[in-house]
Amino acid sequence: MENVTVKINGMDVVVPAGSTVLEAARIAGIDIPTLCYLKEVNEIGACRMCVVEVKGAKTLVTACVYPVNDGMEIFTNTKKVRDSRKRNLQLLLASHDRQCLSCVASARCEFQTLCQEYGVEDAGVYDGARNEYELDTSAAHMVRDNNKCILCRRCVAVCDKVQGIGVIGSNGRGFATSIGQAFEMDLADTSCVSCGQCIAVCPTGALYEKDYTEQVFEAIEDPEKTVLVQAAPAVRAALGEEFGLPIGTDTQGKLAASLRRLGFDKVFDTVFSADLTIMEEATEFLDRVKNGGTLPLITSCSPGWVKYCEHYFPDMTENLSSCKSPQQMFGAVAKTYYAQKMGLDPKNIVMVSVMPCTAKKFEVGREDQCAAGEGIADVDIAITTRELAYMIKRAGIKFNELPDEEFDNPLGVGTGAGVIFGATGGVMEAALRTAYETLTGSEPASLDFVDVRGTDGIKEASYEIAGMNIKVAVASGLANAKKLLKAVKNGEADYQFIEIMGCPGGCVNGGGQPKQPASVRNFVDIQKLRGQVLYGLDKANPMRKSHENPEIKTIYKEFFGEPGSEKAHHILHTSYVKRGVNSNI
Amino acid sequence: MKTLEELNAVKEQYEGLVNFRRIGHAEDAVIDKKYRLHVLVCAGTGCTSSGSLKIIDKLNEELKANNIENEVKVVKTGCHGLCALGPLMIVYPEGAFYSRLEIEHIPEIVKKHFVEGNVCKEYLYKETVLEDGSVQPMNNTDFYRSQKRVALRNCGVINPEDINEYIGTGGYQAIAKVLQTMKPEDVIQVMLDSGLRGRGGAGFPTGLKWKFAAASVNEQKYVCCNADEGDPGAFMDRSVLEGDPHVVLEAMSIAGYAIGANQGYIYVRAEYPIAVERLNIAIKQARDAGLLGKDILGTGFDFDIDLRLGAGAFVCGEETALMTSIEGNRGEPRPRPPFPAVKGLFAKPTILNNVETYANIPKIIMQGAQWFASMGTEKSKGTKVFALGGKINNTGLVEIPMGTTLRTVIEEIGGGIPNGKKFKAAQTGGPSGGCIPVENMDVEIDYDNLIAIGSMMGSGGLIVMDEDNCMVDIAKFFLEFTVDESCGKCTPCREGTKRMLEILDRITEGKGKMEDIDELQELAAFIKSNALCGLGQTAPNPVLSTLRYFKDEYIAHVKDKKCPAGVCKNLLTFKIDPEKCIGCTKCAKNCPVDAIIGEKKKVHEIDTSKCIKCGTCLDGCKKDAIYKE
Amino acid sequence: MAIKKSAVPFKGTKEQEAKLHEVIAGLKEEQGCLMPIMQQAQDIYGYLPIEVQKIIADDLEIPIEKIYGVATFYAQFRLQPTGEYRISVCLGTACYVKGSGPILDKLKQLLQIDIDECTPDGKFSLEACRCIGACGLAPVLTVNEEVYGRLTLEDIPGIIEKYSN
Ligand SMILES: Cc1cc2nc3c(=O)[nH]c(=O)nc-3n(C[C@H](O)[C@H](O)[C@H](O)COP(=O)(O)O)c2cc1C
Ligand code: SF4
Ligand code: SF4
Ligand code: SF4
Ligand code: SF4
Ligand code: SF4
Ligand code: SF4
Ligand code: SF4
Ligand code: SF4
Ligand code: FES
Ligand code: FES
Ligand code: FES
Repeated sequence: MENVTVKINGMDVVVPAGSTVLEAARIAGIDIPTLCYLKEVNEIGACRMCVVEVKGAKTLVTACVYPVNDGMEIFTNTKKVRDSRKRNLQLLLASHDRQCLSCVASARCEFQTLCQEYGVEDAGVYDGARNEYELDTSAAHMVRDNNKCILCRRCVAVCDKVQGIGVIGSNGRGFATSIGQAFEMDLADTSCVSCGQCIAVCPTGALYEKDYTEQVFEAIEDPEKTVLVQAAPAVRAALGEEFGLPIGTDTQGKLAASLRRLGFDKVFDTVFSADLTIMEEATEFLDRVKNGGTLPLITSCSPGWVKYCEHYFPDMTENLSSCKSPQQMFGAVAKTYYAQKMGLDPKNIVMVSVMPCTAKKFEVGREDQCAAGEGIADVDIAITTRELAYMIKRAGIKFNELPDEEFDNPLGVGTGAGVIFGATGGVMEAALRTAYETLTGSEPASLDFVDVRGTDGIKEASYEIAGMNIKVAVASGLANAKKLLKAVKNGEADYQFIEIMGCPGGCVNGGGQPKQPASVRNFVDIQKLRGQVLYGLDKANPMRKSHENPEIKTIYKEFFGEPGSEKAHHILHTSYVKRGVNSNI
Repeated sequence: MKTLEELNAVKEQYEGLVNFRRIGHAEDAVIDKKYRLHVLVCAGTGCTSSGSLKIIDKLNEELKANNIENEVKVVKTGCHGLCALGPLMIVYPEGAFYSRLEIEHIPEIVKKHFVEGNVCKEYLYKETVLEDGSVQPMNNTDFYRSQKRVALRNCGVINPEDINEYIGTGGYQAIAKVLQTMKPEDVIQVMLDSGLRGRGGAGFPTGLKWKFAAASVNEQKYVCCNADEGDPGAFMDRSVLEGDPHVVLEAMSIAGYAIGANQGYIYVRAEYPIAVERLNIAIKQARDAGLLGKDILGTGFDFDIDLRLGAGAFVCGEETALMTSIEGNRGEPRPRPPFPAVKGLFAKPTILNNVETYANIPKIIMQGAQWFASMGTEKSKGTKVFALGGKINNTGLVEIPMGTTLRTVIEEIGGGIPNGKKFKAAQTGGPSGGCIPVENMDVEIDYDNLIAIGSMMGSGGLIVMDEDNCMVDIAKFFLEFTVDESCGKCTPCREGTKRMLEILDRITEGKGKMEDIDELQELAAFIKSNALCGLGQTAPNPVLSTLRYFKDEYIAHVKDKKCPAGVCKNLLTFKIDPEKCIGCTKCAKNCPVDAIIGEKKKVHEIDTSKCIKCGTCLDGCKKDAIYKE
Repeated sequence: MAIKKSAVPFKGTKEQEAKLHEVIAGLKEEQGCLMPIMQQAQDIYGYLPIEVQKIIADDLEIPIEKIYGVATFYAQFRLQPTGEYRISVCLGTACYVKGSGPILDKLKQLLQIDIDECTPDGKFSLEACRCIGACGLAPVLTVNEEVYGRLTLEDIPGIIEKYSN
């Protein structure tokens, strides 16, 4: 690529042509504050936080969207720039419900941080009229509090462009502009899929997951209850970020140790039920291929994706695998097989799951997810990675000083195949490992199916297995899913097996994962770094195929018989609802 | 019309017809063989609302009754400029200029003037009747004398719903010339040489804009016309659209040829139903005549135009917002770069010009760049149309050469301030502009001079204010407008203008502090240099310019808690003059809050702590005993 | 917060719906067709209630929020029908201090609608305005062009009665 030379604060810097001022400054080692900008997602130049002076320009220039040209002279730290940024913050503050002390975002709020950095000593100078909004607590997974919204529109852009959903948007205009749903309807009444991507990008405390940490503490303290916990694969790839560890740190051992110290009766691993999912799903796939069932088969591990399918492609719910998600399979097994084995009354088991995901909060309340009997939910409480971090902090556990520990047996045993579920392509790869061996009776030359790895939104591959040509596709992020499904529907693509994850990059980048500010998101590929943790764990695991998991073998021997058995169907499979879009209006 | 020959044939056929109506042609006008008289009745928005359509009906009725319907041609035209005196009617060949017509006048006019040949002087625009009783052409009146009609040249002269009349004036000759004899770069060169600058507000050189768009390589490009005219109190563009719609279509085709576009959009406010209708008719006629569409005049050039209606958002006049709106979105501006010339409508290279800008173009092509450049000042060429309003005798539409002084506009063309009041300031540029005080009345109006004195040309609104106007109140009025119309996308404008307005509110309520004035100035400077689009960047201007010239009025509000012009209610006290009051009790009865006490036949008194300053008592007192302070 | 449907039951007819589908089908392929469609939809129905926006959303396969966002951006789009009789209560200072607030409340209560809403039978819509320059008659309200002044709470039922048939 061509380079240009610009002068930033008097220093010559060589940067690629086409860079923005923001990127050029970064190369020069200078940070420019941003609020609305999200690379390739929200490039609208709205918040005006990133202003800089450019020689010859009539007004200040927004660094986030302004391209450099050769010889440009940029000043990022003049009195005018500092004063402008500060005044901008003060104006935002006048319309802001300044309740930092009770705000979920406090101490990690991008807005708060900037106020502090820019020395906003008087937050109330411009106080006057302020719009007041009711909290929207209708949805199962999250709360929307417009009183803390600074109208950066990152959520809107993510919901619309990345997820292709667009149930939230800007309404009204001028001072009365607000983010919300059509006709101010409840979020729960829209076709929101609960993915939580909007929360993940919100710079403030305007959007947050419904917090169930106190319920978990109470359950743990209740002597009548046996409290089991499962932690999803992706959690271990990101939890450390909440404790200042670098992005991409593996915290599997500390995760188990911290859960144990929180007082859970048993500390289990969702990787176990990921392996179980592979057994069931691979069987279902081979069955559909052999017996002319509906193809392509599409994975059902991601409740965000499942809800999306039900709303936006209701005629394709037949393509969904009937397998419950690993979270739900885990709860189902815990309250049947494990309860039976341990002599526990499933009614007294509280099943808690720690998930990278907000859609799991919706999923636990779905119909047809009560394997142990009517009224006994497979999973009782789903908390996010973030909520787990709050609990660890509240309990005074020094996370970074914890020893590495193992998960408990028997439901804590998992393979490398199960652990990569947390990254896009992981389910597909795990399924291929097992399907290959089931069909051919031998191990593939390499267990690494690299074609389906990586953070591209859509990946395709085809494999010759036992004389069959199996075409597969992998999509993550629902806008990509839409593209893929349209192609399938229009007959432009014929796959037999598709993996779809609701969140871009898969669960490692789920809506419940530790939040990274835009200053990191814009420059660091967090999906990749977190994903690498999981592939590292896979590599290091002596067991890399789900069907090799000894506890999986045991459960089939002792309980289910074989994959796809009637009992397995009863406990491990579920059904779907054709929801449609706007069908409630 | 497949060829130039066919176009010229129509031109020849209609040339006489329209020349019959040129002022000055009255004597030698023998060209129209069919009709003895042409009666031009204004059907612009102004005259329509004062009843011109009923006048037309009555005219037709009377012509029939007198059996002269085949000798007299009645033409519905666009605006003549003097809207305040509407309904207007001009009769050729005499050029008799009737104003403030009433239905009752029509039978008499038809009989005496049309049948018997005696102009009814009592109904003429009084300025056209000289003291000795002779009638002078309207061009010699104060209102028209200093004007120069270029953009408005056909308004009020032709029937806007008849393409042939436009062709008769030489219309569509410019596109023919361009297509047959000029290369795109020649067209752009002419535009550059003419010095034409955009009439929509910012005054950007039109030729340069076209040059950038021509340089962008793309299969698809667009030409847009800004007919959103959102400045409250301005109606220049409306008059062109209503009076001469084809000129816009022709100019857009020329632009399309110059930059390599084959599709145009006109974004017109839905609040202009007559303009929309005339544009629709014009587009249809141009398509039917082969002057829009495929293979225009057999040259292989394709160009078509569609209308898009605004939906009530001032910000959509801003160029990127206008494009976002045409795309079917909330009309929120986008950051630039990328500039529309590179990535505009539907992400394709696009130019946007204002209606009045376009209205100049065919004439520039025909008469040449030099002709145009010979009018105006060094850096502002040609003429500018203004909508003259406020405290002025001749409200209406005027077109003056650049460089005319404000004094000429107000004292000569405008006929001065009514009721012998003193001129205080003129406001140009609407909500983006500023005030010109009396000391700058001799400044020659052009883009740069207006900027230098803290105002701007804007699109052409020119509101005159007299001693009874409070400048703080005026600033507040404009700011209220921008606060209402802010799109809400960027922080400085959404939040900042609102806070400025709150400060102004405080000042006009007598709750201001001296620091508030500094804060206003600081916020204004901040918003100007930080807002995303022109709306925000210029929103503080009315405040800044009133602060610049009328700071004493602000200080009076803040320090003395007085509104010198007696406008800001909260700073007034209503009082009763005991000398004048006769104790009729009327005021006490009418006061909505029972703030007036007094017995019958005794002097009344106002309890200022109760009074809400509604003014009812003052308006009602027959003895003028009540006054405000 | 439930869905903010209009208080007026949606009275769209089959013919109106057919016409709207036709309009959409005719414009669907054009770039930037949303606003022209909304403008024509408003011509057909008089306003753009949720039911109408849903039809547009479904036919164009775009989120209804996008349409709502556009509808609430431009002053010209209406979410509520206006009634046959538009009652406008002056909340200017003079009227306010003379009790136009309670009068407005009374109207809301009797008509069972809020400001900028319309009664289910389409008869009345309610709005608030600022001073109409009849302060001497305060408190005042207008019904279409008719001005009622020196109001007391007792007058209100009678005024509604007058227009009710
Ligand atoms: C808030 C705002 C409103 C505007 N409104 C109009 C308008 O109503 N009509 C217009 O022609 N230009 C308007 N403009 C200017 C246009 O953005 C644009 O500069 C102009 O149409 C370009 O045409 P011109 O170069 O021929 O003047 C407005 C600009 C701003 C910032
Ligand atoms: S959103 Fe940020 S600034 Fe606002 S209250 Fe919460 S922590 Fe404080
Ligand atoms: S940050 Fe400041 S305001 Fe907040 S708790 Fe600490 S001392 Fe108090
Ligand atoms: S949770 Fe997902 S679908 Fe729902 S509003 Fe947020 S981004 Fe959109
Ligand atoms: S909710 Fe959050 S992300 Fe969305 S606009 Fe408001 S501050 Fe930005
Ligand atoms: S991808 Fe993972 S985190 Fe995202 S919705 Fe699906 S399961 Fe939840
Ligand atoms: S300056 Fe005002 S109108 Fe322009 S983008 Fe910003 S908020 Fe919108
Ligand atoms: S109306 Fe005039 S004259 Fe009559 S009582 Fe009032 S102030 Fe006196
Ligand atoms: S101004 Fe109005 S409120 Fe004040 S005394 Fe006169 S009538 Fe009464
Ligand atoms: S304008 Fe640049 S970050 Fe918001
Ligand atoms: S509208 Fe008739 S003169 Fe202007
Ligand atoms: S305040 Fe109601 S009419 Fe003036």
